[in-house]
Amino acid sequence: MSEDNNTEEIEAGEATVAVDEGPPTGSAGRLRVHDMWVAGTEERADVRHFTDEGAQELLPVEDEAALDIQRGVVVDDDYELDDAVDEEDRQIINMGPQHPSTHGVLRLQLEMEGETIRRVKPIIGYLHTGMEKTAETLTWMQGPTNVTRMDYLSPFHNELAYCLAVEKLLDVEIPERSQAIRILMTELNRISSHLLFVATQGMDIGAISMMIYGWRERELVLDFFEKVTGLRMNHNYIRPGGVAADLPDGWEEDVESLLETVPAGVAEYHEILDENPIFLDRTRGVGVITPAECRAYGVTGPSARASGIDWDLRKVFPYSGIDKYDFDVPLGKHGDVLDRYHVRMAEIDESLRIVRQILETMPAGDYRTEDRKVTPPPRRRIDESMEALIHHFKIFTSGFSVPAGTAWQSVESPRGELGVYVVSDGGTKPWRVHVRGPSFAHVQALPAAMTDSLIADLVATLASIDPVLGDVDR
Amino acid sequence: MAGEVQPPGMLLTTLGKGVNWARTRSMWGATFGLACCAIEMMATGAAHNDLGRFGMEVFRASPRQADLMIVAGRVSQKMAPVLRQVYDQMSEPKWVISMGACASTGGMFNNYALVQGVDQVVPVDIYVPGCPPGPQSLMHGILALHEKVMDGEIQRPIIHSASSHA
Amino acid sequence: MPEEEEPTTEAESEEPAAADEGSEVEPQVLPDEPTLAAIVEPFPSATWTVALDEWVVGVDPAEYHGLVAAAKDAGFETFIDLCAVDYFRRRPRFDVVLTVLNYTSPKRLRINVGVDGAEPAVATVSDVYPGANFYEREAYDLLGIEFNGHPDLTRILMPDDWQGHPLRKDYAVGTVPIQFKEAHTVE
Repeated sequence: MSEDNNTEEIEAGEATVAVDEGPPTGSAGRLRVHDMWVAGTEERADVRHFTDEGAQELLPVEDEAALDIQRGVVVDDDYELDDAVDEEDRQIINMGPQHPSTHGVLRLQLEMEGETIRRVKPIIGYLHTGMEKTAETLTWMQGPTNVTRMDYLSPFHNELAYCLAVEKLLDVEIPERSQAIRILMTELNRISSHLLFVATQGMDIGAISMMIYGWRERELVLDFFEKVTGLRMNHNYIRPGGVAADLPDGWEEDVESLLETVPAGVAEYHEILDENPIFLDRTRGVGVITPAECRAYGVTGPSARASGIDWDLRKVFPYSGIDKYDFDVPLGKHGDVLDRYHVRMAEIDESLRIVRQILETMPAGDYRTEDRKVTPPPRRRIDESMEALIHHFKIFTSGFSVPAGTAWQSVESPRGELGVYVVSDGGTKPWRVHVRGPSFAHVQALPAAMTDSLIADLVATLASIDPVLGDVDR
Repeated sequence: MAGEVQPPGMLLTTLGKGVNWARTRSMWGATFGLACCAIEMMATGAAHNDLGRFGMEVFRASPRQADLMIVAGRVSQKMAPVLRQVYDQMSEPKWVISMGACASTGGMFNNYALVQGVDQVVPVDIYVPGCPPGPQSLMHGILALHEKVMDGEIQRPIIHSASSHA
Repeated sequence: MPEEEEPTTEAESEEPAAADEGSEVEPQVLPDEPTLAAIVEPFPSATWTVALDEWVVGVDPAEYHGLVAAAKDAGFETFIDLCAVDYFRRRPRFDVVLTVLNYTSPKRLRINVGVDGAEPAVATVSDVYPGANFYEREAYDLLGIEFNGHPDLTRILMPDDWQGHPLRKDYAVGTVPIQFKEAHTVE
């Protein structure tokens, strides 16, 4: 037969193909079956019994393209349907609002041609809570309780945007420690939100175990939130003038343990998903949003950065002292689901970097501004000072007044640019609070990403855009 | 709530208890997570607070295959008919847990947009307070529901007489 | 906060069609930032403010669409937000606030247009910024402002058959008095 040694061993029934150099060239140009399973790794499987019995005729190695198709690396897309297909072949299928994969109560009306989606119409409003109307009935200090429930996966960012807008009108200076605490909580929130993203993205694509894994580290972060703010979610911690309370004793140890456990978990998720052929097949080249579409629809945040737009509000319009910390902004290239996944995973690492820097450089000082007309006095002062009592009373009954004017402030939330537009008439309650939720724009961009794709890709795309319907409907 | 039910004999009492026991041991929920409470509901099903030990890790999307509807989140005016429709599609026996302040009473959003309490739309068996209720509170509510079903407080009679109506 | 004044009389003669101000000829004051000046110059009714890192431009409804198109051509290609505010006792009653972004400068531009009337209406900008589509529907739904030329001006957040525009100041919050419901009795 051939001069290859292995052939004789194969016939002898005891072939070991553990050590090999160069491209695999078995007898008659056959690829050893086991190579398919360990592709990409350095070690070869130690196969004791290798037999050709039942093996299919594989292509010669030189034909790389055909080999890629057989391996599943390249998919020959034959889903191009003829445009001249009869209109009657189209069906309207309704997806949601009660659906396990729509990330909340989103309703999608799909015009389908077989498995291909020809048109998508998102219908929203199933979670409309009238929060902007409620905001006009709450005082300025009660505002964060309301605003925090809009994007309920990143409540600190809602509160921060609102408080920064109000502080712009108030023109108060926030102490450095307060700013650092705010950034610490928002960056930890980014980590917890992205972990949930990984969990739901995995589950929607079919890696249901990711749903259970993703919550592991998120629970640890939420435990820290509970220690600091008293609540696991919807904290009402960042208030106009500072934060509600100082960090508790021992917070450094908690953050330190988070900084050890979270990267280990994230490394596991990389192992599970990054090279998984099913995951790659379902995410590569799927749900592409081009940079022009991002700009036209207002897609921001990781979804825009995955398309290559280098825009992060923390770098361009820094807020709350975030420019003191050193971090990178991960960018993608293709704007597909896989890139959005990678961008968010990289952002977890960058947020961990910021948290470590805050841990090392947390300044001492006040956790809220000195201006007693804005922040309530400490409780024990109320016994001693009449003025403190009056301020406390004023702030907690009618609330403090904010000078008339309008202000816009946006922050970089895990979903994108979260903006708050505040209008004050000089009173104790806002005249108008409008929150620009990033998911509202993203839901609008869904037709651009989903038209002419398969319905299975729709689920992956929707998960990768990471919409939160509280943001959309408010 | 039940109409005239034939008083069961000893065999049927034991059988009734057995049926109740079986019903509580794998009560599958319908996915009705709406807002923030949905995240805490998912957290209850995840590894830290494991609902799987009660046989409830499965949340069925199809209401035909679910027994328990945990209304987790705020129900808006647009969503109320959908809620009722999903509830109607569930087959007996079915139970409803109203999770969170918004589902129980409208919560902090006492305004035009929300249904002030989901019990205006569907009959509720257990109310779980909180905003959002932590996984332990939700689990307490679920276990309270299990107890109620086991004790027969919520009756789904096996013998249907002409006037009984669940 | 204008630092220099550049009264230009060419501006009025350039845009005879837009001169619906009346016979008052005011010299237009232009900002010294060239991009902003280029956007504002062709529109006599435009007022501008520069505050910190934001540019705020006010304009009349008649020139609104033109100004927005000029802003997009000047590099403000990213659509960020469109909201509406009900000032109730002020004339004009409503304000439509459009926020757009320029990635390359980087700069944020806010365009306010005052809308008034029993049936307030203004031109749509969804042909300039496709992202404004849903936002204009929301402004219509919650505040009742119509956008002429919008491809699909229907309710988006409220149910389709809802009456009234909830975010208007003369629409009540809808508070329901707290009722204590009777305990559910089981036989």
